[in-house]
Amino acid sequence: MGILETLDQLLNILGNALARWLATFLPAWAVTAIMDFLVIVLVVAVALVIVLFLIWMERKAVARFQDRLGPNRAGPYGILQSIADAVKMLTKEDVIPAKADKGAFNWAPAIMVAPALLVYAVIPFGRGMVPQDLNIAILYVLAMASMTTIAVLTAGWSSNNKYALLGGLRIGAQLLAYEIPMALSMLAVVLLAGSMSTVRIVEAQARLPFILMLPGVFLVHFICAAAESNRGPFDLPEAESELVAGFFTEYSGMKFGLFFVAEYINLFAISAIITTLWLGGWQGPLLPSWFWFFAKSFAVIFVFMWVRFTLPRFRIDHLLSFAWKFLLPLALTNLFVVGLVVKLGLGFWPQAAALLVTNVAVTVGALYLGGWALRRAQQRAVEERMAQWRAWQQSR
Amino acid sequence: MFPIVPIVFAVLSVIVLGAAVMVVTNRNLFHSALYLILTFLGMAGLYVLLEAEFLAGVQVLIYVGAIAVLILFAIMLSGRYLQDPGRQLNQQWPLAAIFAVLFFGVLAFVLLQVRWATVQAEVPGNYLTRLGQDLMGPYVLPFEVASVLLLVAMVGAILIARER
Repeated sequence: MGILETLDQLLNILGNALARWLATFLPAWAVTAIMDFLVIVLVVAVALVIVLFLIWMERKAVARFQDRLGPNRAGPYGILQSIADAVKMLTKEDVIPAKADKGAFNWAPAIMVAPALLVYAVIPFGRGMVPQDLNIAILYVLAMASMTTIAVLTAGWSSNNKYALLGGLRIGAQLLAYEIPMALSMLAVVLLAGSMSTVRIVEAQARLPFILMLPGVFLVHFICAAAESNRGPFDLPEAESELVAGFFTEYSGMKFGLFFVAEYINLFAISAIITTLWLGGWQGPLLPSWFWFFAKSFAVIFVFMWVRFTLPRFRIDHLLSFAWKFLLPLALTNLFVVGLVVKLGLGFWPQAAALLVTNVAVTVGALYLGGWALRRAQQRAVEERMAQWRAWQQSR
Repeated sequence: MFPIVPIVFAVLSVIVLGAAVMVVTNRNLFHSALYLILTFLGMAGLYVLLEAEFLAGVQVLIYVGAIAVLILFAIMLSGRYLQDPGRQLNQQWPLAAIFAVLFFGVLAFVLLQVRWATVQAEVPGNYLTRLGQDLMGPYVLPFEVASVLLLVAMVGAILIARER
């Protein structure tokens, strides 16, 4: 095997060698059990190490976007900053409010971290390097994303704090609102690839990544993914200036650390899913497949951070009406149009061109329609105020 | 090679039944809702054991992700009625216990006597495709009727909740 191929399949080669060595003195079921356990440990370890890196990356990125340096004391270029943060959180006193619901209060961080980690089971990290090739992978991802809502509501409620409750309810509403357009835009990809399995979806992009066929749907997915992980312009429920810290106001020490870590685990998970569904996963020339995968994922993460540090926050009612009144009809229309074009049964390149043209047309049309409707609503609001003012003037 | 399926089934059953008992007997309404979520997750596990992964995924997505969230919202927004309702059993519990045991006996007898129509076939590899084709083919009418039913429910809910 060439050197590049060996590098590419390094993990698989090592794993097979280990399995063969274990099989010499253990029965088959023990070997399977141990190998599966090792895969789990490896995935969790990779997830947590990436989270450490992401915390540092976020703080450096936000600093550079704001024309300052960022952490540069804890280690060279501040790379030990995440470890410093972790140590700080571990040594803080664990405060539980007096009348808080202790059971739910303690379980909420766990309910938040577990689904985020479980998503990693279906992410194809490289050629043949997916922990579990489920044939309902996309449905599984959606199901895990929907469990975050439970965690957030539990955390907000059990804190016995009006503002935490408010924050929790707000996030619950936001998560519910943005789940549906996300599911519909993922369904468009499933339609194109003909399978819900992430491995199959990556293979279906061998000739052309789906982002070049359906940029509008990618945009909808990107926006919904940002909203699902409370990032970017959708972080009102945890905005520091509004509700102290939203649903995790009352959490201190490692529990807060768990929420914090869960957010970054989620961030990498959704970036990996976006890479898998839209950017062609681990495909790329020359270099090993896992290198391409991580490069693309981190590029997507960088775009998420870029968006977060550039745009101001949405207000909660704008957030919700944007999801229900704009994104949901747009996602439905996109799915409908994609289904139509796929049903026409053209060849590969004509279908790709047709998808691109129709998708851009639908998105631009939706933007125009949305803008027109917004302008009309604003005009009507202005006219109503003028009529009120005139009526008041008359009555004087 | 020891039989792992019965062990997993036993564990999942304990989870489902235990959580169900906690749902009914717990004094705290919020805790009951959380135990209900545990019940749903246990059911999803049972579906996976039966190799019906799609059903398991949909169970988590719909029951935990939507219905349980709705229950939680309803509980959280009606906080005033959450005063501790006191003991969950009143003085008639011996009679109720007798009837419950009798009911369980009747059900168990019936379930053991029925000749369940089982098929000794493998779950096909492409069952997802076949499920889709069946839903759009022979079963398209019930599918559409269910969609219309959901639409009517949504419209009705919005109509009731509108501010006039």
